Amino acid sequence: MGMLRGAIVAGDNVTQIRPKAPSDESTAVSFLLSFYRSQVGRKWIMALSGVAIVGFVFFHMLGNLHLYEPAGPDGVARIDEYAEGLRAIGEPIIPRSGLLWVARIGLLAAFLVHIHAGYSLWWKSRKTRPVRYDADRTWVTASFASRNMVITGTIVLLFIIYHLAHLTWGTVHDDFIPGEVRHNVITGLDNPIVAGWYIVANLALGLHVLHGIWSMFQSLGSTSPRLAAIRTGLATGITALIVLGNLSFPLLVLTGVVS
Amino acid sequence: MRVNLRVWRQAGPDAPGGFETYQAEEVSEEMSFLEMLDMVNEELVVSGGLPITFDHDCREGICGSCGLMINGQAHGPQLGTATCQLHMRTFSDGDTIVIEPWRSSGFPVIQDLAVNRSAFDQIIEAGGFISVATGSAPDANLTLVPKVAADAAMDAAACIGCGACVAACPNGAAQLFTGAKITHLNLLPQGQAERWKRTEQMVDVMDEFFGSCSNMGECTTACPKGIPLEVIAELNRDYVKAQFINRKLTAQD
Ligand code: HEM
Ligand code: FES
Repeated sequence: MGMLRGAIVAGDNVTQIRPKAPSDESTAVSFLLSFYRSQVGRKWIMALSGVAIVGFVFFHMLGNLHLYEPAGPDGVARIDEYAEGLRAIGEPIIPRSGLLWVARIGLLAAFLVHIHAGYSLWWKSRKTRPVRYDADRTWVTASFASRNMVITGTIVLLFIIYHLAHLTWGTVHDDFIPGEVRHNVITGLDNPIVAGWYIVANLALGLHVLHGIWSMFQSLGSTSPRLAAIRTGLATGITALIVLGNLSFPLLVLTGVVS
Repeated sequence: MRVNLRVWRQAGPDAPGGFETYQAEEVSEEMSFLEMLDMVNEELVVSGGLPITFDHDCREGICGSCGLMINGQAHGPQLGTATCQLHMRTFSDGDTIVIEPWRSSGFPVIQDLAVNRSAFDQIIEAGGFISVATGSAPDANLTLVPKVAADAAMDAAACIGCGACVAACPNGAAQLFTGAKITHLNLLPQGQAERWKRTEQMVDVMDEFFGSCSNMGECTTACPKGIPLEVIAELNRDYVKAQFINRKLTAQD
C-alpha cells in the first residue's frame, strides 16, 4: 500500500520499479493494520462485521418469538426453556454457557470493529468538507436511511447498552428475576415509556439495516447483475422481518395481548 | 427574465470568502448558465468590479473544466449534463440562484468559484495509465476485446473528471471518479499487466484527499456522464483482490 506506491514516484531508485508481491514484505499483523488503515479495506471489514451483526439480530428476533409459544405441561414458559437451552448447549462436553460466551465474544468483537469503523470513516469524511454548502441540498438518489447511518447507528448503540442493562443484567428493571425471561419481558415492556423507546430504537435499526444490507453488496465488491437485481428486495425483506418481529414484542405487551 | 444570484466570492486560496448578491437583468432563456455569468461579469468589469472567477473551456460538456454547485446541486438541477450545458430556461423569472464552488478539502478554492482539482491528476498519476511498448503501431485487431467488456470500459471512460461526484457526495468521497478510471483500464486486456498495482495505488492516493464512500448514490446522479455506481463495486472488488492475489502466478502486477 503506502510503501508500494513509492515504487512509481519519479526519481526513485530504478530497482524499485521491479514487480514485487506485497506479501513478501508484510507480516499478517502489519497487513491487517494497513488494510484497515485504507478506507476501502475498512469499509470491507465494516460490511463483514455488519453481516455478522445482521445475522445475530435476525436470529435474536426469531428466538424471541418463543414468547408467543404456549407454556408446556410443566408450566415453564417456552422462552425460559429456550434461554436455558442456549446456556446448556454441548453440556457436559462443553462447560455451561461455554458456546454462549464464544458467541458473545465474537459478537462483541464484531460490534467494536463495526462501531470504530463507522465513526472513524464518518469523521474522516466530515473533515474533508470543512466549509459546508450554504444552499439546502436537493437529494435525488441518497435515501434518508443512507444519509443518517451515523445517527441511526448511534441510537442503536445507546439502545443496545440500555437493552443489556434492562433485560440481561436487570440493572434498570424494577422487577427483574434472573432466568425468568417471559416475566422480565412482560413486566419490562408494560411501561409505555420503555416500550416507546424499544419501538423508536427498532425503527432506527430498521433504517440502519435497510441501507446497510443494500450497501454491503457494493462494499464487498459484488458486481453480479443477478445479485444486483435482488439487492433492494433482499434488503427490504430482511429489514421488514427484523423490524416487524422486534416491534411486535413491545406492541403486543403494551396492548395486553401477551400478558 | 431576471434572476437574483448569491455567489461565493473569495479573493484567494487563503482569503476569507463570503456571499455577494447580484441581479442579472434581461437574461434570455436561450443563454447557457455560463453565458449568463459572462454577462454579469461584463457588467462587473464595466462598473469597475472584479469579475467572478469560474472554470470553463469547451462549453459543450466534454472537457470537464466547468463545475458549479447551483442551488445545492452539482452542475445544477438538470441531470446528466455539465454546468456549461445548462440553460437559463431551466429557471424562472425572479428566481434566486445560489452558486458555490465544489466543497472538498481535496479541492481547495483558487478564487471565487474555481477550485484546484489537481488531486484528481495525482490519482491518475498513481496508476491511471498503461505501459505499452514503443515502436511501430500495433495491428488494429491484434488484441481481441469482447464487446461487453469494450462497452463497459467505454462507459467508464466517459468520465470527464469534473469533480461533481465529490462535490455532490455527502461524504466528499471520490470513489466514482477513481472507480471509473480503474474500471476503464482494469476491464481491458491492455490494462491487465498493472491491474492490481494500479488499483492499490490509485485508491491510496484517493484516500489521502477524499472522504469515504457510503454508497448513497448521489454521485451518479450528479455525474454529467452518468457513470454507474457499479464502478465503485468494481473498485472495491479489485482493491481487496489486490491484497490477496498472488501476482507472480497471474502474470499481473
Ligand atoms: C451499535 C451501534 C452501531 C453503530 C454506531 C453503527 C454505525 C454504522 C455506520 C456509521 C454505518 C455507515 C458506514 C458508512 O456510511 O460508510 C454503518 C453501516 C452498516 N451497519 Fe452499522 N452501526 C451499528 C449497529 C449496527 C447493527 C445492530 C447492524 C445490524 C443489525 C448494523 C449493520 C450495518 C451494515 C450491514 C452496514 C453496512 C456496511 C456497508 O455499507 O457495507 N450496524 N453502521
Ligand atoms: S466547459 Fe467543458 S465540460 Fe463544461
